[in-house]
Amino acid sequence: MTDAPLTLGETPSALDRARAFWRLFLRNRSAVAGLVFLGLVILLAAVAPLIYPESPFRLAGRPMTPPFGPDYFLGTDTLGRDIMAGIAHGARTSLLIGVIATLVAVVFGTVMGALAGYYGGWIDDLLMRVTEVFQTIPSFIFAILLVAILTPSIQNVIIAIAVVSWPALARLVRGEVLSMKNREFVQANVIMGMSDARIILVQILPNCLSPIIVAGSLLVATAILIESALSFLGLGDPNVMSWGFQVGAGRTVLRRAWWICTFPGIAIMLTVLAINLVGEGLNDALNPRLRERTG
Amino acid sequence: MLQARLRYVFRRLAQAIPILLAIIIINFLLLKLAPGDAVDVLAGEAGSATPEYMAELRTKFGLDQPLPVQLAQYIGRVAVGDLGYSFRHEMPVAELILNRLGPTLILMVTTITLAVGVGILLGLLAATGLNSWRDTMISVLALVSYATPLFWVGLMLIVVFSINLGWFPTSGMETIAAFKTGWDRVWDIAHHLVLPAVTLSLFYLALYTRLMRASMLEQAGMDYVTTARAKGVSETRITYAHVLRNALLPVVTMAGVQVSSLIGGSVIVETVFGWPGLGQLAFESLFARDLNLLLGIFLLSAALVLLVNLFVDLLYTMLDPRIDLA
Repeated sequence: MTDAPLTLGETPSALDRARAFWRLFLRNRSAVAGLVFLGLVILLAAVAPLIYPESPFRLAGRPMTPPFGPDYFLGTDTLGRDIMAGIAHGARTSLLIGVIATLVAVVFGTVMGALAGYYGGWIDDLLMRVTEVFQTIPSFIFAILLVAILTPSIQNVIIAIAVVSWPALARLVRGEVLSMKNREFVQANVIMGMSDARIILVQILPNCLSPIIVAGSLLVATAILIESALSFLGLGDPNVMSWGFQVGAGRTVLRRAWWICTFPGIAIMLTVLAINLVGEGLNDALNPRLRERTG
Repeated sequence: MLQARLRYVFRRLAQAIPILLAIIIINFLLLKLAPGDAVDVLAGEAGSATPEYMAELRTKFGLDQPLPVQLAQYIGRVAVGDLGYSFRHEMPVAELILNRLGPTLILMVTTITLAVGVGILLGLLAATGLNSWRDTMISVLALVSYATPLFWVGLMLIVVFSINLGWFPTSGMETIAAFKTGWDRVWDIAHHLVLPAVTLSLFYLALYTRLMRASMLEQAGMDYVTTARAKGVSETRITYAHVLRNALLPVVTMAGVQVSSLIGGSVIVETVFGWPGLGQLAFESLFARDLNLLLGIFLLSAALVLLVNLFVDLLYTMLDPRIDLA
């Protein structure tokens, strides 16, 4: 780290650190490309109600109009719904479900992992057994079951995705906490009589933030893939447009209208790819040592 | 040595039992969480039923018992292989599942073989030509297939290879009403298998490629490689005889871990390609609201994952003799 000269005894301010992080991130060109594309998707999701104010389920034109025509840029589907409008509104659904399901999974996984790692003993044993059970269960079938039983709605899809996503995070956080809890600065706080909750929240977790952020960002991508697969199978919220639903709706007319399945699928692929690239960029920028070793 | 291995198998089996039990309990709770019980389903099938008759049925099935008793009865039934009755198919769930297990196993074994085999090869190619165009190409390919939804890959392959080129059939496992036998039948199934297996293996292929590449690079920095080089062993021999063998270990572990997600993937692929296995059965039961069947498939697939993990652990001890069996 020669490009950020620091004199001894001076701690870098948050702004300095943010700048150093940003400089490292910008060095990774594919991560920047991912970030730009992700920004465009977020923009599309934000302006969807403005450019397509009507419901994406509205029958806009003649069924199965080919793409790149004057009226419908990406054509229409079997019922005459505008595919581009569906993609714009679907972006909202994918991002919303991806982000919220990940947040729920991260919070829950972090709590479980931190408790297991900090207290050890029977608490660790119990929580890790539970985690193991959830990791053994085939997660996609479990998600299908949960949505089928709870009835398909945005909220239940989020619950199902969070339920199958937290175990990996719990394991990650447990490992991080285990490596932290015997460090001097943590032990010093124990001696000072700081409460366990405060030690975990204020002292340990902020130091494990980098791996949690990286794992979380990759989890968003997985969540979007699970959501699209659920709605492809017809388990999405029936009142909300989503990319997986669009692909599923075009399946039966694949022979006559290839574009109905193709474009929403490309939207899923590029968005997930962008998130993965950003996640890798975050990983490189937040753990510079790791990058030097593998690069 | 053999005795130690046997003891290891038994200990791992004993560890698997609590997990299996927990999964059965989750299954039971899900069953209870669902609106309506078996009697409601039966009454719905029959069209009309008096409340008295329904109460009588509940007593008969033990549904009027307290929850812990019901759970104990459920565990007892599962232990003897009774997974309940599918009212849609008018068949015991266990029998239905066994009928569909074969096609799924064909698909999964082919997929794992393809993904691990080609993944190892591509990872090796990428690692030996580090940072060359070959490495970059393979990395990009891995990134893209890692991000592509399975169902969409399947549909696109159908568009290209079935509809436009006409090379492969669009769905099913065999040509219907052809009644082929012997090698003709094997060939026919293999022909139908190509697209589903390629679709399902693409994602895992990417995973194994990346893993193999990273694993090769990690091993290449080890001391034993320096030693071999100092002894004058040729670079080719170092790569293939020393590094490759050690780099395979994490890939084997990963192959075991991935079985759980492979089962999920096969639900999607079987639905897209009309492959008559467990995944398609799960999809059908989803729409028939046949919860007994869906839960049975869930339980069986979880048991399958446990079994495969055990098998991989054993394989691992054989590949790496250093691993302690104690």
